[in-house]
Amino acid sequence: VENVRLLDRLSSRKAALGTLYLTATHVIFVENGSETRKETWVLHSQISSIEKQATTATGCPLLIRCKNFQIIQLVIPQERDCHDVYISLIRLARPVKYEELYCFSFNPKLDKEEREQGWKLVNLHEEYNRMGIPNNYWQISDVNRDYGVCDSYPTEVYVPKSATAHIIVGSSKFRSRRRFPALSYYCKDNNASICRSSQPLSGFSARCLEDEQMLQAIRKANPGSDFIYVVDTRPKLNAMANRAAGKGYENEDNYSNIKFQFIGIENIHVMRNSLQKMLEVCELKSPSMSDFLWGLENSGWLKHIKAIMDAGIFIAKAVAEEGVSVLVHCSDGWDRTAQVCSVASLLLDPYYRTMKGFMVLIEKDWLSFGHKFNHRYGNLDGDPKEISPVIDQFIECVWQLMEQFPCAFEFNERFLIHIQHHIYSCQFGNFLCNSQKERRELKIQERTYSLWAHMWKNRADYLNPLYRSDHSQTQGTLRPQMAPCNFLYKFWSGMYNRFEKGLHPRQSVTDYLMAVKEETQQLEEELEVLGERLANLQKSQLTDNKVKTKQQDGIKQLGLSTSNNSLANTPQEYSNDLKSFPSRSPSQGDEEDSALILTQDNLKSSDPDLSANSDQESGVEDLSCRSPSGGGCLPSEDSGKDSDEAVFLA
Amino acid sequence: MLRSSQPLTGPNRKRCREDEMLLGTVLDEGERGFIIDTRSAQAAKQARMTGGGTEPKSSYPQWRRLHRPLERGRPLQESFIKLVEACNDTSINMDRWLSRLESCRWLSHVKAALSTACLAAQCMDREEASVLVHGTEGTDTTLLVTALAQVILDPSCRTLVGFQGLLEREWIEAGHPFHLRCARSAYSHARLKQEAPLFLLFLDCVWQLSRQFPFSLEFSECLLLTLFDNAYASAYGTFLCNSEKERCLCKVKEKTHSLWAWLNQPGEKKKYLNPLYSHNALVIWPSVEPQSIQLWQGLFFRWIRSSQYLDEAWAEIQRLVEGN
Repeated sequence: VENVRLLDRLSSRKAALGTLYLTATHVIFVENGSETRKETWVLHSQISSIEKQATTATGCPLLIRCKNFQIIQLVIPQERDCHDVYISLIRLARPVKYEELYCFSFNPKLDKEEREQGWKLVNLHEEYNRMGIPNNYWQISDVNRDYGVCDSYPTEVYVPKSATAHIIVGSSKFRSRRRFPALSYYCKDNNASICRSSQPLSGFSARCLEDEQMLQAIRKANPGSDFIYVVDTRPKLNAMANRAAGKGYENEDNYSNIKFQFIGIENIHVMRNSLQKMLEVCELKSPSMSDFLWGLENSGWLKHIKAIMDAGIFIAKAVAEEGVSVLVHCSDGWDRTAQVCSVASLLLDPYYRTMKGFMVLIEKDWLSFGHKFNHRYGNLDGDPKEISPVIDQFIECVWQLMEQFPCAFEFNERFLIHIQHHIYSCQFGNFLCNSQKERRELKIQERTYSLWAHMWKNRADYLNPLYRSDHSQTQGTLRPQMAPCNFLYKFWSGMYNRFEKGLHPRQSVTDYLMAVKEETQQLEEELEVLGERLANLQKSQLTDNKVKTKQQDGIKQLGLSTSNNSLANTPQEYSNDLKSFPSRSPSQGDEEDSALILTQDNLKSSDPDLSANSDQESGVEDLSCRSPSGGGCLPSEDSGKDSDEAVFLA
Repeated sequence: MLRSSQPLTGPNRKRCREDEMLLGTVLDEGERGFIIDTRSAQAAKQARMTGGGTEPKSSYPQWRRLHRPLERGRPLQESFIKLVEACNDTSINMDRWLSRLESCRWLSHVKAALSTACLAAQCMDREEASVLVHGTEGTDTTLLVTALAQVILDPSCRTLVGFQGLLEREWIEAGHPFHLRCARSAYSHARLKQEAPLFLLFLDCVWQLSRQFPFSLEFSECLLLTLFDNAYASAYGTFLCNSEKERCLCKVKEKTHSLWAWLNQPGEKKKYLNPLYSHNALVIWPSVEPQSIQLWQGLFFRWIRSSQYLDEAWAEIQRLVEGN
């Protein structure tokens, strides 16, 4: 469709005119007329909702909201065309078959072996070995080898030595979705462990010998403690209500030597609504401080983040400080349980704070344990009530921790943002389907590529320059401050306002420090080389008695442009109170705008953007998603009234 | 950029030829200027009843008046006190923290101050127009705006030395009554009438700038904290008294030591430098969106929460930069 305008959402005056294309996998807007064609690409998988707004004199507005929080505002001249685009997008954004997804056509031009190697990068078997398993207390069990016991669990599960197949099977029958207690994390220093499961089908009074034996086995696997914690991550009321449905929670009377604990984290519906409310706050046009703080509090979002974090802290403390094992569950054991176990693991074990370790953590607690990626993130069209930002919350917990402990993580914010992006993008096959079983049936590893391999290849972009493995902050358990700590939870504008350039610091400290680090390293290496040469020279001088002056090779001049001072930013609109006054002016034409062909090299630093890979099949050059924030040089102007009370600058 | 106090128009709309001429000489033929009045239009009008007022358009035709009300005086002090109370309150749950923070209004004041300073800067840099800033007395919100605008506009005000010069010029010599304003701080029950944390508000705004432009200020948060401390209680005479006149009468220069002399000693100076600094010749335009304005944890939680991890991060940054 031609003559479509792409508005800068923040300043309705800035509109780029161009052509809109719809392909099998993307929506593409190509700007007319500039020397360099500016392109905006959006994957259909990213589309969360499409809103057709009232036709105005200028055309028919179409608002596309994405799962990565990008918002695209288009104005299509003809109503007929707008409607066609709308209907098409609705269909394209709601695929029915997996094969419609981008990962099945995406081609990064790797050969079969490279693809396979990519999938092998993360190996859970190695991970459990690293933890020290199998050992005297824990073993691998193949009872689920054909998914016969639990179809949402992996084929390889780790259980206490004293848990026989009989006990496992018996316990699985007493657990919701047959998700029996299995090992998530083992601390070899003190034998304490984190196990996870779903809720027991205890109702008001039902018991199951094997399930009780299972918990005993977990307890016995830790000789250092005579009890285990059983942590139910649901609010007490919800758990109790479940009893009426024949499910519920563990009765301390029936299970010997357990200490039961509720840690109320709300359910997926509450979280979905919470995010929705928060995004509405983000969409407010020039909100006051009051609007923003009230809106944020109203959404409850940070409260939920803190609840998840507090649960993780409780479990980490139990393991590290008390040396007590913990069994964690919620209802089905695949949402809150995953969040809480992975936060606890991150706090406990510095390995998970490395890039590789983090990938392993997600493979373990989210993928292998059957978190329902498809249902939660809408790979395919499904029940909207299943959609919920569960892993987004976990990723945010990690970011909050990174802010509190800047030296403790090997990776940076961009790493997290890209992972979140790709969970929804379906460009890689890692996060498809609802379980390991489904992924294997679909032969994901033979037909798609692994995100981890791709990110690993680009790991230089994802490093945290402040990370040092020998730094005190990076070692051992992380102990976030308990009360008072409300103020420590910040609004993550890097994620939720990701595409609003005007909001972010113009320059990345991370990138600068990485560049400094690299340069220092190169200089040091050169220094070494020169030192050796000098030593050799001196030696040969002594032996040969010849004096030769060598012309030194030019030392690489790494001009470190620290501040890209050419990145002049623009004043936003500093007036307030005028309704029609857009509040933010877009960033001035800067490097991002001038490098308008979006190759991977150009997408750097402050634009946390994406994998650019050529796709031969669709015949398109570069695939990257781009923020629509246009390049304007002038602050938005408004035709204001001239009066004594004139409150703005015209 | 000029600053003054309010014109004494009074209820009878007095005129003053000399004042009009003075402002007239600032502008060339056909040029226009902006007057940024830090009182609301209504408050400015009401000021006439007590002998003050605003510049009538007819008498100052080349000047366009903009009102940007900024809080000062008791309400600002209350805001400060409430914020400190909230920060110390360990009983607040997460689900009430943000509304409690909001009810203090401190961050709204930061937003307003930054916005107004940016407006002044915008008039000068974008409109290439002269600006006159005043409130009532010209000693509080006026100085907040002019000083902040200069940090935004002028790279030389962002150096360690330049910033000190800015403070001397726009706060101390300009007559901000430090003795009255920085008397007892937030814990005191005294509730003095003349006390108000304008200078802290200024420092907070500068901190916001340092967060948004981490490479552009030569000085670190440590300097801002030190300035805050010394404004209230100091071993040095720099922030004593309420005006140059008083300092003269008290013979401050003869009887006390200067804070600047201490800070600038080579051994001390290091603490106050920003390892990421790199001269930025451009104007720095901050975002004043609520998401961009944060609570200054380093100040408000200074004694409540260990800054160990952040300090370690800064030490690491220092190490990386020095290693290079």
